[in-house]
Amino acid sequence: MLHSYEYLVTQLINGITLGAVYGLIAIGYTMVYGIIGMINFAHGEIFMIGAFISLITFVVLGIVGITWVPLAVLIALLAAMILTPVYGWTLERIAYRPLRRAPRLAPLITAIGMSIFLQNYVQLLQGARDKALHPVIVGGFEIMRRGDYTVSVSYLQILIVVLTVGLMAGFTLLINRTPLGRAQRACEQDLGMAALVGIDVNRTISLTFVMGSGLAAVAGLIFLLNYGVIDFFIGFLAGIKAFTAAVLGGIGSLPGAMLGGLLIGLIEALWSGYFSIEYKDVAVFGILVLVLIFRPTGLLGVPDIEKV
Amino acid sequence: MAVADEALAGPRPLNWRAILIEAALTAFVVFLLTIALVGADIVDFSDTVTVRPRLNDVIAAVIIAFLGRIVLVLLREGRNRIVLATMVPLALATFLILLGGSLGIGADLRHLLPFRDPVVCWIIDGAMIVFALRALWTMRRAVKVTLSDEAREARADRTAARVQRVARMIGPLIFVAALALPLTPLANRQILDIGTLVMTYIMLGWGLNVVVGLAGLLDLGYVAFYAVGAYSFALLAQFFGLGFWTCLPFAGLMSGTAGVLLGFPVLRLRGDYLAIVTLGFGEMVRLILNNWQSLTGGPNGISGVPRPTFFGLPLLPFVPEGHESFFTFFHIPFTPEARIVFLYYVILGLAMITNLFTMRIRRLPIGRAWEALREDEIACRSLGINPRNTKLTAFGIGAMFAGFAGSFFATRQGFISPESFTFIESAVILAIVVLGGFGSQLGVVFAAIILIGLPEFFRELQLYRMLAFGAAMVTIMIWRPAGLLAHREPTLKLFGAKSRGGAK
Repeated sequence: MLHSYEYLVTQLINGITLGAVYGLIAIGYTMVYGIIGMINFAHGEIFMIGAFISLITFVVLGIVGITWVPLAVLIALLAAMILTPVYGWTLERIAYRPLRRAPRLAPLITAIGMSIFLQNYVQLLQGARDKALHPVIVGGFEIMRRGDYTVSVSYLQILIVVLTVGLMAGFTLLINRTPLGRAQRACEQDLGMAALVGIDVNRTISLTFVMGSGLAAVAGLIFLLNYGVIDFFIGFLAGIKAFTAAVLGGIGSLPGAMLGGLLIGLIEALWSGYFSIEYKDVAVFGILVLVLIFRPTGLLGVPDIEKV
Repeated sequence: MAVADEALAGPRPLNWRAILIEAALTAFVVFLLTIALVGADIVDFSDTVTVRPRLNDVIAAVIIAFLGRIVLVLLREGRNRIVLATMVPLALATFLILLGGSLGIGADLRHLLPFRDPVVCWIIDGAMIVFALRALWTMRRAVKVTLSDEAREARADRTAARVQRVARMIGPLIFVAALALPLTPLANRQILDIGTLVMTYIMLGWGLNVVVGLAGLLDLGYVAFYAVGAYSFALLAQFFGLGFWTCLPFAGLMSGTAGVLLGFPVLRLRGDYLAIVTLGFGEMVRLILNNWQSLTGGPNGISGVPRPTFFGLPLLPFVPEGHESFFTFFHIPFTPEARIVFLYYVILGLAMITNLFTMRIRRLPIGRAWEALREDEIACRSLGINPRNTKLTAFGIGAMFAGFAGSFFATRQGFISPESFTFIESAVILAIVVLGGFGSQLGVVFAAIILIGLPEFFRELQLYRMLAFGAAMVTIMIWRPAGLLAHREPTLKLFGAKSRGGAK
């Protein structure tokens, strides 16, 4: 069974679902890095908060009596995409903006501090135990069968892929076609010059955090729907893996983040399917180290020239 | 000129409309932040999940944000008197009502307060006290409230310089106090245990200070070397029956080697990338320890790690026939405290060795090269310093001290498991170095006492400890990006040159 074609297809489907989560989080890392050149270490916590807000919305909807699945999912999506970015915005405002001209490591340390703070904030408020949600979207259809082994695609997985592809397409349009996207690309090239030609740099950076957090919130919702169990610590690992994805794709590059997310998802799924599930995280960290040593610009990145 | 005009014209008239709008916006943001996570507590029963509303807390947060914003604007405009006149009576009244109510003194007036929940009231009261203090503090200074960043930085640097000069006296004093602590009547089991723990972290902090403070390499995986030290000792003891003192150098050597091996490929990376890669390494070490069942026992860890001996004499109540224990040798009755005191002195000695070593090595060419590298890598390269080797020595030496501390940890606990070596440990050690001020030896001591010692005394604060940790890291970085007691004095001065930060 382990060597059949069908098993491979199952793992590929799992990998793509996982890759969607990592890709959506990785976009937030890559955009922030592109504009202000810092690693937003607390971005994983934003994803975790998104998952928690989705969970709370689902539970409240259940109490209120809204149980029609498409409506419930839509409301949860909206709630997560509206409330989570407020955290991203506040994070930038409190912890990063005052340090914009500080030495490189200072914002990284505040980011770690914020990450610890947010984790414990959620732990204090919602408890340390796992929170479970009953499956919201059930069912699927079979695409392959060999003997007893069937390969099926669930409706949830289809929704995840459609949602992710739609969001990413919309996002690419936003960056490439709208005035806001133009402002962001200008800031990415040169903050000072962008300010000189009349771009509100602070507003653009804030909006970058808002958009990145919105995508991370969707990733949180997807994670919650797909796995059904969340706790206050999920942001740490997911954050590092998404960062790995951003680095693998080439940090600062949007298509790179999507590609990197997909690759990391596939690698993780295949590794757990064929080698050992215990060492899947080690495999991802190993990829991070190898990429940084041998190709620090990633697959689609451009080299960063250090100015003296 | 503009400044003088402003001072002559007196404070600007207040635009209350704008202030209220600003405060309302702040309150709205806080409302959005708190409505879901604070306002709804998910309660898990065996079969159903439901939500317990906590709207009171949301309202309290919104009110604090609203009032706080108004107070901040007033302070910015130099209207300290208004703030003082409103905040002091309110804060005092609330304080007295709360105190009287909870102690049962006088009439219980707590029903007059807007919130039933005493914690919420205490928080609001605390916020008001902070506002009042802030108003008093800025009032002391004559006209202008805000100092420029440079002026503030220079002032803080002067303070740090003063502290450093005093440190030459404080340092030995603290050492003598630490030396004498077990002999004073103050010493009980709890205090000595906490002292031992704090000193372990001081030692780790000093070790990490070499890497982060002196060489400027942000290492987020320092706990990996701590783990390597602990496991090398535990495994050597388990498989070869070796004792603590034999294994201590080995553990340091193993950790140092691990540091050099891990550092070799990654040290050419730039600061923030290096941080993430070291974090990755730290997690990899923990995951391997967790999953390599046959060697490390996996999540169950290794138990029965031997205790240290006093020059070969075990500090145990019972020893096999024909052997002597510390107590039979010196003909004193067995007390369990003796072992705790002994462990205390062992870690005191180890920590002092770390301190002396790093203090001395700072003055060697290699130490000066670390600091130069921290300031400007490109300049160093053009002066012929080999950045990779210099960084590797810092990494290796830092790791070696973590290894020593790790084997002490193993021998003190008698049991180790991967649980003890999570990323949070790295973050705690880093926080100690950061809060103390990069490169400041005394700062590490204070930070470790505050961050490790205080929460141990106040167990009920445990829940809030990590929250405060994160908040403190952010606040201190924003307030003073160089760390609390950071003061960089050139180690070498040209003849006749005055020190940069020396206050006269």
